[in-house]
Amino acid sequence: MINAILIFNNHGKPRLIRFYQYFAEELQQQIIRETFHLVSKRDDNVCNFLEGGSLIGGSDYKLIYRHYATLYFVFCVDSSESELGILDLIQVFVETLDKCFENVCELDLIFHMDKVHYILQEVVMGGMVLETNMNEIVAQVELQNRMEKSEGGLSAAPARAVSAVKNMNLPEMPRNINIGDLNIKVPSLSPF
Amino acid sequence: MSDVVERTLTALPSLLSSDPSPGRPSSTSKLGTLIRGITELTSKHDEEKLIQRELVSIKEQVSSPNTTMMKELMVRAVYCEMLGYEASFSYIHAIKLAQQGTALDKRVGYLAVSLFLNESHELLLLLVNTVLKDLQSTNLIEVCMALTVVGQVFPKDMIPAILPMVEEKLNHPKEIIRRKAVLALYKFYLIAPNQVQHIHSKFRKALCDKDPGVMSASLHIYLEMKPESYKDLVVSFVTILKQVVGGKLPIDFNYHSVPAPWLQIQLLRILSLLGKNDRSTSEMMYEVLDESLRRAEMNHNITYAILFECVKTIYTIHPKAELLEKAAKCIGNFVLSPKINLKYLGLKALTYVVQQDANLALQHQMTIIECLDHADLIIKRETLELLFRITNGQNVKVIVEKLLEFLRHSKDDYRNISKGVYLPINECTYAPDNSWFIRTMNTVFLLVGDQMQPDIPNSFLRLLSEGFESAEEDQQLRLLAVDSYVSLLQEQPARLPQRFLQVISWVLGEYSSVKEGLEPATVLRLLAPLLDLRHCSSETKSWVLAAMTKLSAGPACLSVAQELAERHGGSLDTTLRQRLHELQHLASDGELLRRVLPCSDGLEPLEVDSTLSFLDGFVSEALAAGAAPYKPPHQRQEELAQEKALSVEPYGLSLPLSLSSSSIAGRLSPTVLSMSSGLSGNSTELSPKGGSALRLEGVTRVWGKEGYLAKAALKPEEAAKTEVPCPLSVLQEGGSAPRTPVVSLPAPAPGPSLQAEREKQQLASCLFMGLGSQGAAGPCLMGKAEPTRHGFRKKVKGQGSSSGARGPSGDSASSSPSPLSAQSAMDNLLCSSPLDSGSTPSPADSAPSPADSAPSPADSATSPADPDAEASSWLFSHWVLVVGVQVSRVRGGPEEEEEHVEGHSVAVYQYSLVPTRPSVHMELAGRASYQRPDGEPQSTPFSYGLSLPDFISRPLSVSTEEYGRLWLASSNDIKQNLALLSQEPDPLRATLHRLRDRLQLNVVDIIASEGIVACQLLQGPPCLMHCRLNAGCLAVWLRSSLPELPDCLLYHCQRALAQH
Repeated sequence: MINAILIFNNHGKPRLIRFYQYFAEELQQQIIRETFHLVSKRDDNVCNFLEGGSLIGGSDYKLIYRHYATLYFVFCVDSSESELGILDLIQVFVETLDKCFENVCELDLIFHMDKVHYILQEVVMGGMVLETNMNEIVAQVELQNRMEKSEGGLSAAPARAVSAVKNMNLPEMPRNINIGDLNIKVPSLSPF
Repeated sequence: MSDVVERTLTALPSLLSSDPSPGRPSSTSKLGTLIRGITELTSKHDEEKLIQRELVSIKEQVSSPNTTMMKELMVRAVYCEMLGYEASFSYIHAIKLAQQGTALDKRVGYLAVSLFLNESHELLLLLVNTVLKDLQSTNLIEVCMALTVVGQVFPKDMIPAILPMVEEKLNHPKEIIRRKAVLALYKFYLIAPNQVQHIHSKFRKALCDKDPGVMSASLHIYLEMKPESYKDLVVSFVTILKQVVGGKLPIDFNYHSVPAPWLQIQLLRILSLLGKNDRSTSEMMYEVLDESLRRAEMNHNITYAILFECVKTIYTIHPKAELLEKAAKCIGNFVLSPKINLKYLGLKALTYVVQQDANLALQHQMTIIECLDHADLIIKRETLELLFRITNGQNVKVIVEKLLEFLRHSKDDYRNISKGVYLPINECTYAPDNSWFIRTMNTVFLLVGDQMQPDIPNSFLRLLSEGFESAEEDQQLRLLAVDSYVSLLQEQPARLPQRFLQVISWVLGEYSSVKEGLEPATVLRLLAPLLDLRHCSSETKSWVLAAMTKLSAGPACLSVAQELAERHGGSLDTTLRQRLHELQHLASDGELLRRVLPCSDGLEPLEVDSTLSFLDGFVSEALAAGAAPYKPPHQRQEELAQEKALSVEPYGLSLPLSLSSSSIAGRLSPTVLSMSSGLSGNSTELSPKGGSALRLEGVTRVWGKEGYLAKAALKPEEAAKTEVPCPLSVLQEGGSAPRTPVVSLPAPAPGPSLQAEREKQQLASCLFMGLGSQGAAGPCLMGKAEPTRHGFRKKVKGQGSSSGARGPSGDSASSSPSPLSAQSAMDNLLCSSPLDSGSTPSPADSAPSPADSAPSPADSATSPADPDAEASSWLFSHWVLVVGVQVSRVRGGPEEEEEHVEGHSVAVYQYSLVPTRPSVHMELAGRASYQRPDGEPQSTPFSYGLSLPDFISRPLSVSTEEYGRLWLASSNDIKQNLALLSQEPDPLRATLHRLRDRLQLNVVDIIASEGIVACQLLQGPPCLMHCRLNAGCLAVWLRSSLPELPDCLLYHCQRALAQH
């Protein structure tokens, strides 16, 4: 199970924090600090796995992280998750963000923290991986966004209309992104 | 300020003006102002002030009823919380927002709730009705949101209220709803397994869902459950995996052209759980595993993920040589990969595999050496972990040297994570000599000090006190320890870490007498300055004082003690003061000291009156003086919970479904239900973690002769045999030159690097010393060990699949609790006449009349009168008799065991029966076949009924404290009211004694209107029972770690009390 998902920037400023296991507020901040401390020291050419910080459960837990331009995406998982699987899940998550925000950058995460949470909710639910298919995730988020638009004064969209929207085929979005400094680089993973 | 932040700042205005969602400009700008404000600040202090101001303004606005602002305010509150500032005032508003708002408001509300609150927060109860309402909504999105929040945070006690609704959603036409419902149910299973015991069938149904997403969501639970409970699903899992691997899924599920990789990973994990120690199950999966290995082309990260899982599965399940070879090759690919992540996983896989196949490590020894010097500490650590797995007597020095080097150079952060690393030192098994061991331990203590796991010093101390085989060695070890500690204390005690000081003081207190000429007073003077150290914690001081107390004999010590008492007598630490008092007192009274702390070398445990009966007088006095009687903690909790128990029934909602929520409760009242979940939840939350997680270590060696190890080790063995026959020199020979692998090394690079390369090889030969020879010696050893191991495995298997019938009487005598001695069995045989065999259909009935063939009156006899009847024997004087005993059980197949009895002879066979899982009734059935002299074969079936009490061993004697601990450790519980023997003067006592007499339960304790009772299954877990007088009946609460046990026992309790 995934115990926590932390996103912070190169300076350790939290951008999105999601705990799936209860920690007191104070401890959460401590975990964020410690994780940042551990992760930020590591070069880009070392492995993406770190074994347990002292706070989040000890040696059975692993930190699996990816570093994109200005942001660190850290997943804290227990031994029941596959390391490489999670590593690719992070990639899926970031690529999804990129699709939803069109050239996602750190500022998107700051100002649309709530939206990022909604996207994350479609990927991971209560610590369990819910969906790994990017198109499916985007479709779910789109569905919710349409509700947002349709909800001018109406209380709720009728279910049928919503499901019709959901079944529409979404156009394939361009995948490649121009990489500005603030953008999160989403490298198409090199085959090896 | 850094470059990036500056750029962020310059980008801010443009971003704010070109807000992508123009529909709500105000919301972003408010948050934007806040964020901009924070970014502009330089000090933490300013930030704090700003946020506090912000929180105050949010608080003001939030309480004024303005719904349009609400969402935005909530997001701001979430932002503040993320930065670590508490916004608890907004929690209630988040719940309100979820309750009353539009769907869009709800979304924010639910999100805030799931971020703010935890499962045990009391405000969550206010959310239950909202969730109920939304679950019934016709709006898909609302249902989705409700399910999401249920999966994130939901109060445990309230699960019954919404369970039926969530279950109903499993049949929803939309797959996303079904998927979320499955995950929500799984979450329930995790937090309160008792309340959802019936859902397993639902998961099986979900497994067959036509949508692969729902199917993969249903897999989670199988990783948590015990594999025995779903062995029948192996075929399904294999089929699913086959289809996935074969590309039968829609193309949507492909990720980088790999079909559903995450699903594959999960399936492989489940297979490895299922196939572990189970040959027949493993055989079913060989084909698909082979297919997976073959299909996974090395082109992407995610294929490696699948491969890694595959390799792990292959090494976990019952081995198959061909697959193992392929898997080993795969591991090679990992280890040799230039990608650092893969290297890491390769090392991990090696660590996992090396216990079974040490030669694999030999193949990669040069890579391992390189990894030892890798820049990445994580890789280094993993390598050390691997090395420790191959530690033996010959390479221990080199490996430990490497470890110490690692500890010296690594940063603090990495010290505390290198837990497993101390293992081999601690084991001490391989330590070449005592002084080396003590020196190494000293270095480890000094280096790691207080970040050490507490179990390391503990086991070190245990080692010192329990010692090894020879007493002389032990004394030497202790002497060395005392010597080195005395000199350490003389040098610079201030520098020593706390834990080390504790170890030192304990050892000195206990063993300083070992060293001749070392006066206790001298030691006392050495220890005394420790109390003055400023960084010395009060815990350490207690250790020091305890040591001093042990030593404080003689007038010299008294003066030290008094000196200390004067100096520290004014300390604010009460523990310290008390210890000082004790020290002073004991130092002045030698007689008392000897009585309190008897000097004995032996380790005989002291007799401790764990029932604290010597306090009875005190208790009765206190009771007489009006003190409240003692209540055990669980009862206190229970009463507390009863006081504030919540009704689970949703009110105000006229749900037709709510009746099923009460049907779940069944015979338990709602309050009891919530109570039991509250209590048992704690203990069970932990258990699945340990049970299901794929452990890398401690996997049993399941390889047989046909396994990979034997084959690979063949070569060194041959070499060793031809060269030197003496086993001792084989070891040395093998050690100095690990032949096979070195030959296969890449040719050393010419020039200056040659030297380095040679060094590395030298290191390699040191590190892997003994491994090759182990391989060489292995097969010889194994040649002997093999048959017995085979035999053992067979037996275990028998036990697993059905109730195991233990082998020949020789070893069963030791395992059966009340073995009938051969003599008594004979007596039994001879005394009981055929008429006595009672209900058991005696073979004599159908056998030819005894009179005309046998002089003895007893042709057959069983011993049905004995409740422990575990032996059935036949005595036939004239015929060859074959008795086949077949043991059939509720679950599991039959087990055949055959014995032949020669004519004209008496044979006694004893078997011990161990039920794999308890059930109310069990039956032992068998068939006796025999041949009459005229050649006609005949056979007679017989059977013998057994019930659970037959398997309850003699009273499980536990103390009340142990009972308490066991109670908390057991997870499966059941509650029921039993009839009381109310006509007796002391009904509780009488009832419990009845149970004791009938069922061999042990009455641990009876206090006032409560009693605790314990019993233990033969070679099985204990079952605990807590009884309380409650309104004319006996409220019992049974607990055990075995799920079926409480139920069965309860049934027998009812029976025992019903029979008068």
